[in-house]
Amino acid sequence: MLEVQDLHAYYGKSHILQGVDISIGAGEIVSLLGRNGVGRSTTCKAIMGLVAPVGKVSFKNSSIAGLRPDQIAHAGIGYVPEDRQVFPGLTVRQNLELGLKRAGVFGRWNFEDVYKLFPNLGERQDNPAGVLSGGEQQMLTMCRALMGDPDLVIIDEPTEGLAPKLVEQVGTLLDEIASRGVSILLVEQKLTIALKISKRLYVMGHGRIVFEGSPGGLMANDAIRKEWLEV
Amino acid sequence: MEVFIVSLLNGLVYGMLLFMLASGLTLILSMMGVLNFAHASAYMLGAYFAYTISLYVGFWPALIIAPILCGFVGAAIEMWGLRRVHRNGHIAELLFTFGLALIIEKGVQMGWGLLPVPYRVPALLDFPLFSIYGTNFPAYRAFMLLISGMMFGAIWLGLTRTRIGLVIQAALTHPEMVGALGHNVPRIFTLVFAAGTALAGLAGVIGGNYQVTEPAMAFTMGPIVFVVVVFGGLGSLTGCFIASILMGLIQTFAVVFDVSLADLLAKIGFIVTAKTPLAEVLTVTLPRIGALLPFLMMVLILVFRPRGLMGTRDT
Repeated sequence: MLEVQDLHAYYGKSHILQGVDISIGAGEIVSLLGRNGVGRSTTCKAIMGLVAPVGKVSFKNSSIAGLRPDQIAHAGIGYVPEDRQVFPGLTVRQNLELGLKRAGVFGRWNFEDVYKLFPNLGERQDNPAGVLSGGEQQMLTMCRALMGDPDLVIIDEPTEGLAPKLVEQVGTLLDEIASRGVSILLVEQKLTIALKISKRLYVMGHGRIVFEGSPGGLMANDAIRKEWLEV
Repeated sequence: MEVFIVSLLNGLVYGMLLFMLASGLTLILSMMGVLNFAHASAYMLGAYFAYTISLYVGFWPALIIAPILCGFVGAAIEMWGLRRVHRNGHIAELLFTFGLALIIEKGVQMGWGLLPVPYRVPALLDFPLFSIYGTNFPAYRAFMLLISGMMFGAIWLGLTRTRIGLVIQAALTHPEMVGALGHNVPRIFTLVFAAGTALAGLAGVIGGNYQVTEPAMAFTMGPIVFVVVVFGGLGSLTGCFIASILMGLIQTFAVVFDVSLADLLAKIGFIVTAKTPLAEVLTVTLPRIGALLPFLMMVLILVFRPRGLMGTRDT
């Protein structure tokens, strides 16, 4: 479904991504692991067109490299950024509405689904999103992306700064997303959720992929874990 | 009392006129980060377009056609100028709009001449609406209040009750995220730029004959509009509205109250004479520094509250 080959990206003169190769199949859950600053978020942004990509990025067999973010979203990729980016002055419901690509046109997800999964969002649907707690904002950002009915959703560090109970909720939502046949590219620093839900994992280090394999394979590879993942 | 009421009404009229200009600039600056020096030029173009159109078909069609023309000019500037310059950063954008403002001014001078044009209030509205304590309040000023009030209502409804309005509000703070959700941000930028320019044009249509339609009108109005935007705060139309009315009232009241610090001191028994230290400063009257007050307020707010009255981020 998503094929990324020899992807490079730059911030000014800094060469951030130095030839990243990733592939994700239909309905597959893949995790991208690594420490802060190795280029995981830049990989997401380059796929999404928010950072100019150099290299091959194709989605459902069409090249998406060089397209605008809105065109990539319409191609079927949803994006949940690391810093959440809820629209603070708009209500919870209005935030979700803006996730829809066309007014009133729903796909796999609608308001009721979201409110059933997260009753808090339902109760506070008329409140400005800016007053929600960090955990609620994270759920809102993920659900907002889902309202656009993506076939692949890129989720950047959803558990960052969340209490263990909320991390569990994120896990439940990821399971729910997967059960509706949506592919996931999960970017994480921690292994907990990634090992539990992914079939395949990538580990990134210094702008390139340093490991590709199964959760079992990663657990068996002490060298990779020690060098690229453990603090 | 009569001075107070008449000044209040005049201040409101001027404040609403400022809001028509500043609302577009606030949206453009907040969303696109473009400090558009040519914004007040659209105000001037609106007045000149309306003058010329009204020579052929009268004022009322000009009230509709001139702002639309200004909107097209704005869309063209955004699509074929700013969008290209944008890649080279904010300094390039700033210089681009500054150059554009000068070009429009020279263009107006070449097209319509250096002297003011006789753009007059339409005969239908050229009568005193009512009289307060012997001072007439012209019907045209009430018409200006009506138009700017309707525009305020239309902007508010458009931004809060329509989907495109929600997209614009979201793009005020997170334009990248709006794009990643599938909304065509460049098209929204063009739309906002064109609408902002059309609003400035509309302000020119109704303000050009209230004030004077001349080639210097853009550079007279431009700085005060920037003050309103900075004072009101980036990303907040409510702040922009309050700042506009406040500046309108300050400038109007400053002209009519002929008092100085020396007058106030005299009331508590301290008489300022030519020999008093700083006598020159103490005897300066309010009308003489009235035009400076808004800029003084802008400087103070930048130092002590950089995000303005109700801004969502620092200027």
